[in-house]
Amino acid sequence: MSTAAPAILARRTTTAWAALRETGPIGLLSAGVIAVAVLVTIFGPLIAPHDPYVGQLANSYFGPEPGYLLGFDAQGRDVVSRLLVGARTSMVGPFVVVVLCVTVGTLLAVWTAWKRGTVDAVVSSGLDILFAFPGILLAILATAVFGKGLTAATIALAAAYTPYVARVLRGAALRERSLLYIAALEVQGASPLGICFRHLIPNIVPLILAQATTLFGYAMVDLAAISFLSLGVQPPYPDWGVMVSENASGVVQGYPLAALSAGVCIVLVVIATSLLGQRLHEHAEGRR
Amino acid sequence: MADAVLEVRGLRKVFGSQVAVDDVSFSLPEGGSLAIVGESGSGKTTIAKMIVGLERPTAGTIHACGQDRSTPARSLRDRRRRGREVQIVFQDPYTSLDPRQTVEGTIDEVLRLHHSWGKDRRRERVRKLADLVGMDARQMRALPRWLSGGQRQRVAIARALAAEPRVVILDESVAALDVSIQAQVLNLLADIHDETGVSFLCISHDLAVVRQLTQETLVMWRGKIVERGPTAQVLDDPQDDYTKRLRASVPRPGWKPPRHLRTA
Amino acid sequence: MTDGPVPALAARGPQRTLLLAMNGLTVRLPVEGSMRTVLHDVSLTIRQGEALGLVGESGSGKTMTARAVGRLLPDGADVSGTIQFDGRDVRSLEGAELKRFRAQVAMIFQDPRAHINPVRRIGDFMTEALRTNAGVPVKQATRRSVELLARVGIDDGERRLRQFPHELSGGLLQRVMIATALLTEPRLLLADEPTTALDVTTQAEVMGILDDLRQELGLAVLFITHNLELAAAVCDRTAVMYAGQIVEVRASDLLHRDPLHPYTAALAAARPSIDTTSHRLAAIPGRPLSAFEAPEDQCAFAPRCPHVQDACREARPSLTELNGGLTRCVRAAELRGRMEVAVNG
Repeated sequence: MSTAAPAILARRTTTAWAALRETGPIGLLSAGVIAVAVLVTIFGPLIAPHDPYVGQLANSYFGPEPGYLLGFDAQGRDVVSRLLVGARTSMVGPFVVVVLCVTVGTLLAVWTAWKRGTVDAVVSSGLDILFAFPGILLAILATAVFGKGLTAATIALAAAYTPYVARVLRGAALRERSLLYIAALEVQGASPLGICFRHLIPNIVPLILAQATTLFGYAMVDLAAISFLSLGVQPPYPDWGVMVSENASGVVQGYPLAALSAGVCIVLVVIATSLLGQRLHEHAEGRR
Repeated sequence: MADAVLEVRGLRKVFGSQVAVDDVSFSLPEGGSLAIVGESGSGKTTIAKMIVGLERPTAGTIHACGQDRSTPARSLRDRRRRGREVQIVFQDPYTSLDPRQTVEGTIDEVLRLHHSWGKDRRRERVRKLADLVGMDARQMRALPRWLSGGQRQRVAIARALAAEPRVVILDESVAALDVSIQAQVLNLLADIHDETGVSFLCISHDLAVVRQLTQETLVMWRGKIVERGPTAQVLDDPQDDYTKRLRASVPRPGWKPPRHLRTA
Repeated sequence: MTDGPVPALAARGPQRTLLLAMNGLTVRLPVEGSMRTVLHDVSLTIRQGEALGLVGESGSGKTMTARAVGRLLPDGADVSGTIQFDGRDVRSLEGAELKRFRAQVAMIFQDPRAHINPVRRIGDFMTEALRTNAGVPVKQATRRSVELLARVGIDDGERRLRQFPHELSGGLLQRVMIATALLTEPRLLLADEPTTALDVTTQAEVMGILDDLRQELGLAVLFITHNLELAAAVCDRTAVMYAGQIVEVRASDLLHRDPLHPYTAALAAARPSIDTTSHRLAAIPGRPLSAFEAPEDQCAFAPRCPHVQDACREARPSLTELNGGLTRCVRAAELRGRMEVAVNG
């Protein structure tokens, strides 16, 4: 039947920048915060004014002074420098988690969506079981078994998040797979692998990115918690989660700045990724 | 009698407990045009899907260009070969093109799939196909979302013809188009049929379209063929009750709807 | 540029009361920041018990016209011109009057499944309006629903009321929608492509039902479709729209024999015939335009018209009376009888 003119149909923006613009002022602000965090991750150690590992106990919890904008931490080290350097582990950890779970999740989602039937049923059930485990529990278990440090925790978290990603992407992949251009390619004789990688996946990339962004925030909270529990990054490395735990004593003594500033960094990035991820998700789904 | 380029014998498809296609047999001669007419639930779309391999027959055989395609293709080479034999133009112009690919890219991909030609030869063929379906250079570089429904169908037709198939299945290919655009595309299809000698299998619910495009017609109802013959004859002098009813339901000047019937 | 009052038409049969009168309706909608015209200078009349067909392709504005009548335009719409129902201005109705209006003007749509809640039973859906707006007790509302279902050819109404929408076929569901629309005893039914999504045999049945109901209840119908033959077959008069404007209004039996606008003739000629095999169709070059794409200083159809002349490009033609119908073609009188388009690509 005759349909509305193309201008009224839902569009899909091809450029990332146009997509970002459409997330509104909050989306842009969030993207800005994340961009700053990324820059700090890369350049942090270069711009840190002082050595984050060196401190004088006598300066413990001293307030802000010129050159030491956020004061000193429990061990008398400059908080600003520790934050700038600590960005690395705080940001890279979640990034690795996201890369792992999104890659595996996408592959699983596309495979089950393509095959449907028995494969879908079996894999979905398997993922459902994995889904039942809270990420942080698995991470703690992993560090107990494989030792402290980020590696075990990162892999465990990635495993815990994968079912969630796979579930969301499976829905989108199923919808995409049922569209006629995929059928047209099948009829042409294109290989299923080729169709999935050259056509199906590129068309669900907006959703994949939305998922990745949101999960980054979750991973950051979980990993910070692991570090807080002294199971992840070990002192003297200035991970933000570690900083919160190290300087916790300052809070009860009335010197909250060190712990608070690390906590605020975590919260800011997590909120930014959550807001941006949510908007990217709406954009990806709403623009069909 | 010309050799049959498409031969279907005893085709049957069952979904669970429901019989969608029941013992359907027909042959499409080389260069001919055959219509399968029916309403929803008649099984006509299922037949098309089985012929192009999107559904698997429960029973029966399908031969295209002398090769058996009743079971799924075994290898990639087989898949591609089948793609060169029978192609399809779908009904919905809004989802039958990859939204991220330009028209050129879409057709070029098909060419790369079937031939090991160089870039120049492919470009030449893309241009020829664009001319054939009446699209200009600017439209070729466009993404689907900038094209109207009629233009997208032209692209779908060009894509179907790219690999030079022997049979093109038109699955309600003009049903979603405005009347004036439908006329353009129907003329285009008639031209293509004349110029390239490709055989058409036309799946449609629209008797007038079928009259325009085809020489022979099969009428289907609930999975079975209830009438068959030359298109003009089936439409002018229907024998089966269902065909008569179908014919009588088409609005035209002077037509009056039947007094309403009671349902169960 | 608006017309004066709607020209009086030669009455066919006994003069019936004027139920709906649209005059110079122009609608603009906000799209991506700017205002776009979707309807321009639409003037229509419908009398009690009359069926008016409204035919057009994409962008013609036919659905928008029905929405304007039903007060269902999107927010931010800029509307000028008048719509009068039973002598009252529709656009200024509020509160209780608006409620009464909604009871008198019912609408049915192309896709019934998109307008019914899939998780509630048919009975709940049908009786809802009666129960909540008119305060009718459930038993009575149910009884009335069963009566109306019988009227549309569904005999086992009680069973159907207990079913869910997905248990009914498209045709049956559309009959349910018609019955529901009739519950409030409307005087005007706006039918937006009610049979387009149905099989042609089902379409014939549903059209038969609508026709019967129209005669039994004296119901007026605005029947919107893209199918010129269907409109002409079931409606007393047919209006043809192009690019957001009415281009012709004609008694249906004259529409094919004696069209008053080249677009109508071209549309009729572009359809393949079921009776004769013609190898090539008389296709109209170009594509149908929306109102905002059409040039404002000339006839909207001029770029595609086989009879175009300089006069057509001088100004936007107005709707004028000719031989008992209305036309928006400046050459209509001289072209009568030879509007057929030459066969071309």
